[in-house]
Amino acid sequence: MQYRRPSPRMWLARQTVLGLTSAGLAAILGASGGLLWGRAGALVGIGAALALAIGSWLVERGRYRSWGYLERDEDLVVRRGLLFHRLTVVPFGRMQFVDVTAGPVDRLFDLATVQLHTAAAATDARIPGLRSVDAAQLRDRLATLGEARASGL
Amino acid sequence: MPPLASSQAPALTGVWCRLHPLSPVARIGITLGGLLVLGGYLVSGDQSSSGRTMDTLLVAALAVLRSVAAVVSWLVTRWRVVGDELQIDTGLVYRQSLRFPLRRVQAVDVVAPLTARILGLAEVRVVSAGTGHRQHGRLAYLSNQDATAVRAQLLALAHGLAAETPEPPALPLFRVDNGRLIAASLLRGAWLLVLVLVAVGAIVAAADPTGSGAAAHQGGAGAATSLISGIATGLFALALDAARSVNGDFDFTIGQAPDGLRLHRGLLQKRHETIPYGRIQAVRLVRPLLWRPFGWARVELDVARQPEARRQGEARQLAHLLAPVATLDQARWLVAQVAPGAPATLPRAGAPPRRAWFRAPLSYHHLAAWHDDRWLVTQTGRVRPATVIVPLEKVQSIRLASGPLLRALHLANLRVDTAGRRWVAAALCRDADDAAALVDQLGGLAWRARRLSW
Repeated sequence: MQYRRPSPRMWLARQTVLGLTSAGLAAILGASGGLLWGRAGALVGIGAALALAIGSWLVERGRYRSWGYLERDEDLVVRRGLLFHRLTVVPFGRMQFVDVTAGPVDRLFDLATVQLHTAAAATDARIPGLRSVDAAQLRDRLATLGEARASGL
Repeated sequence: MPPLASSQAPALTGVWCRLHPLSPVARIGITLGGLLVLGGYLVSGDQSSSGRTMDTLLVAALAVLRSVAAVVSWLVTRWRVVGDELQIDTGLVYRQSLRFPLRRVQAVDVVAPLTARILGLAEVRVVSAGTGHRQHGRLAYLSNQDATAVRAQLLALAHGLAAETPEPPALPLFRVDNGRLIAASLLRGAWLLVLVLVAVGAIVAAADPTGSGAAAHQGGAGAATSLISGIATGLFALALDAARSVNGDFDFTIGQAPDGLRLHRGLLQKRHETIPYGRIQAVRLVRPLLWRPFGWARVELDVARQPEARRQGEARQLAHLLAPVATLDQARWLVAQVAPGAPATLPRAGAPPRRAWFRAPLSYHHLAAWHDDRWLVTQTGRVRPATVIVPLEKVQSIRLASGPLLRALHLANLRVDTAGRRWVAAALCRDADDAAALVDQLGGLAWRARRLSW
């Protein structure tokens, strides 16, 4: 079975945020470098900001690609992590409730995060970057499945 | 407010009742005693008379305030059992209505602190699964026989039986030797720290150039004094800790009743705990370093509870011990009683591959994992091997994790969560392919175990 991935919009949102912060950083570093050491300083400052931006972009891309989730017959599998791989399996019967959250940036891009909660505090099953329609559908599907298979503690 | 009955029995049939009239006395007993002692000291003290009067008045005011608060709290608190729900209304300014569905009760404890014991009272404490309440259902206090009756009924309801079902008799299962408990309480790892300190002190004292003038000698004496006082403080803290655990676990007895395990313990404060069967989320067997020469172990239980209970003191109170100290054979036997078919200690066959040594050189020799179709048993620990036994029907989620180093060694960590919040069964440093296969396998087995337990 194929893992389903977050929406490409999530990658767009991440890139936008990254681009804006990098531009701001480049402006600050370039200006301060220029004031202190003239033209060379400004170039070094902008170059440093650019290098940082490229590095972050690579990391962010890896992170974005690492996200995946899989709805199987009896459980939900979520995987994530670039450097530290994590895989979480949550049986539908164990879900206590499902959260859908969307921050300001998420809302701008019409995205939402679906989070699953079980009776165990350590369970960490989160699926970010879903289209809000998909998120709502997934939430309803999970809630129905959870109810159908619910078992006591 | 409807008229409240003063006797407790009607509460079980749905009539609002107050707690025992002596509850305020039991609740403020210790505080009041302390204040009285302080007041007496102030009256007999040799301060200037005006300051003394002020202090005495202040203490008296505090005592009166505390007593009034306790009486008011008793006046506004009422409780009853309706259907299969325990209801408690309390609070003067902030009214609180607590409802505890008994189907979700994880354990029922009867606790009698010293002052309450003298008055013949006891508190009934209901531990229920994550309902989001800030506190447990606490009925403080009822008379001893009421407390027993209430516990019997709550447990009967929790098991879906008629409320009038009499409490089934318990078969004695295990008794902890008090001598061994005291010895074990004194054998703490912290003693090693004190020993190291003493050794360091001795070396410093030996290296100290003696006879090089009076000033140097005095300096050495000062250092020695501070060292000794430091060690004395440490020793005192350790002794206090040991005394507390002896006090808490004295006369530890386990009984096996049809409705659950009965634990009785305590020297000054008596506790009677009942853990219904099927509510056990995990069993843990720990072998602290200093106990190993004697072959002793501790067996603990975990039940589902709200996260608030994780606060240090509370968690310690709520930690359900199955045996504070037992020989390894006894511990194995006890584990077999609550987890039939699960091994309490794992053979080396369950060890991770040899290359895992590079990731966990200190704990490699303790790492092991084992499972069948009902239990998952994992072993971890560096100086203190701990075996966690998890019933597969209680599995909440399964996690697989690996960092850069683990991946380079083609290993992965597998963790299994339950609703008990104290331990996670961790099979560390397993072969990555085996671990991935194990995740699927455990998922299937857990599903089947859940079906069967219905």
